[in-house]
Amino acid sequence: MAIYVDGDTQVLVQGITGKQGSFHAGQMLAYGTKVVAGVSPGKGGQKVHDIPVYDTVQAACAEHSIHASIIFVPAAFAKDAALEAFHSGIKLVAVITEHIPVHDAMEIMAQAKIHGATVVGPNTYGLVSSGLCKIGIMPNNFFKPGKIGVVARSGTLSYEIVGNLLEAGYGTSTVVGLGGDRIVGLSFVDVLQEFEKDAETEAIVMVGEIGGNAEEEAAEFIKSSMDTPVVAYLAGKSAPEGKRMGHAGAIIERGKGTFASKESALKNAGVPVADLPFEVPKLLEEILTGRRGK
Amino acid sequence: MKYFEYMGKSLFKEYGIPVPDGAVAETPDEAAEITKKLGSAVIKSQILTGGRGKAGGVKFADSPEEAGKAAEELLGQEIKGYKVERVLVEEKLNIEKELYLAITIDSTKKSPVLIASTKGGMDIEEVPEEYIVKKNIDVLTGMEPFVIREIVSELGFDFKAETSKQFMKIVSKLYQAFRALDAELMEINPLVIADGQVIAADAKVTIDDCARYRQKDLPYVEEKTVIEKKAAELGLAYVELEGDIAVMANGAGMSMATLDILQYYGGKPANFLDAGGGAGSETMARAIELLLEKKPRVIFINIFGGITRCDDVANAITQVLGQQKIEIPVVIRLVGTNEEEGRRILEAQSLSAYNLMHEAAQKAVELARK
Repeated sequence: MAIYVDGDTQVLVQGITGKQGSFHAGQMLAYGTKVVAGVSPGKGGQKVHDIPVYDTVQAACAEHSIHASIIFVPAAFAKDAALEAFHSGIKLVAVITEHIPVHDAMEIMAQAKIHGATVVGPNTYGLVSSGLCKIGIMPNNFFKPGKIGVVARSGTLSYEIVGNLLEAGYGTSTVVGLGGDRIVGLSFVDVLQEFEKDAETEAIVMVGEIGGNAEEEAAEFIKSSMDTPVVAYLAGKSAPEGKRMGHAGAIIERGKGTFASKESALKNAGVPVADLPFEVPKLLEEILTGRRGK
Repeated sequence: MKYFEYMGKSLFKEYGIPVPDGAVAETPDEAAEITKKLGSAVIKSQILTGGRGKAGGVKFADSPEEAGKAAEELLGQEIKGYKVERVLVEEKLNIEKELYLAITIDSTKKSPVLIASTKGGMDIEEVPEEYIVKKNIDVLTGMEPFVIREIVSELGFDFKAETSKQFMKIVSKLYQAFRALDAELMEINPLVIADGQVIAADAKVTIDDCARYRQKDLPYVEEKTVIEKKAAELGLAYVELEGDIAVMANGAGMSMATLDILQYYGGKPANFLDAGGGAGSETMARAIELLLEKKPRVIFINIFGGITRCDDVANAITQVLGQQKIEIPVVIRLVGTNEEEGRRILEAQSLSAYNLMHEAAQKAVELARK
């Protein structure tokens, strides 16, 4: 079992002829993802790694049954690409592109709501149901099937955590990257809700960072509505106030979204918070042993 | 990108939002000259941070001479860490009431949000909740008239009052500007009622950096240090810190976690540098050169390849080491996409890479202490 995507999910790659699009289409195929088509305006009829390329999403959808799309097109065209996917009825869209104007992101989310589509990202590494389907840019070899769900804001940091989990013998059920931008489709709460329903996910690792209040909201939800145990790691303990650390998500302003407020909200919800990434497996072990002992 | 008050006000003016009469001055003489036309004036330091009034950054003058003197005192002064290079000289207003009005982005609701209050003039976070009206705006339909009526009603304004009509116009125009200019924040605090007119007495405007490609007519304001600027030109996020361990990592979260782990082991990072987002080896080589400019004691490179490829990272490192003699230790941690290829490239130059982040971090801290 897994959430959002599984072994039957058929995937479209928008921007498949670009450098990132073609490289990662190949990586996804190698992982076992059913990448059935690609889109690149003006490149219709070509093939990339034997995947047929179409000029429009509509044309691709006419030939294939497509469940999800992954977008690699440059920031200036990403909104258009996302709307194109919604209009063709694709219900799950992962937007890898970074530096999308925030006004475009707001429009994407408003349109997604109208079309009943789920957006992962933007500025995400995507999502993967380990061993079944990878819609993203994460390195293949770290995502082995198991019973730990992972949800994170930041990309590379989740590879780090997933790597640590694997080293300790924990595989993953589904790993979801929310994306580092100020406006993203899925929230911690959305994903935690799905994990809670998933019988195969035994425990969840949540990787947060300073800025915003998504972690605090997640803490509320965990406290009120979750039975599956959650362990957290938070980045940005040493970040100076008022400095923007890379992505828009990671900024502390006027005392809001601080490390301390997130840490205490989570601990208050019974979520152990690791000081360092490699301590996550140890905390998981403790919480799972505690559960089994009950 | 944050704008100075005078720039924000000139944008407001363009969009039909009333602002006080005045002009910007870079010298005391200019300030005196502007005051001649105004009679009495307010002299406001132009800095990119709030709270300047309390910090002594705003002065009043009743004559050109006084204005010159006030400007002389303010110009060149440092207020809250920012040097005052310009002052805004404006007419003194006969303020009857101070309101608060802002439009910004609500991450939770994923839409623009309007915030208004009848308690303007102070920090909005200190205003009691019951005096604040918050309205999420549907980005697809915009600031419809009914939404503005709801705001006016919730604020308890008299619909028939002339000032309410002016207020409604300002709300509509502020939203227009907010959307048209790709703003992250447009804040008027205070929005004043003076002699029966509603006027934006201050302007805080932040424009989305990601939209600069389509906002070419907007001015550019430099907030960065020299090295931060060079990094921005490379398309990388860089923040200067105080320590002696130069850091390059990929991904904002990972870069932050790298700083956290160095501090955990007692080290002091010299910077935050996110070389993520699939930067090629050429960009990364230049990023490493940038790190050397601050003369750190150790360089710590922590890469978990995803869209960033380990072979690109390795090539960047060997390229820089091949071009210049680096006398400080370089600690490398390299795993992820194309890891084997990356390690092979490093080994060919007799370099090695760590597998584990905390081991590499401990080593970097140890070397920095030597």
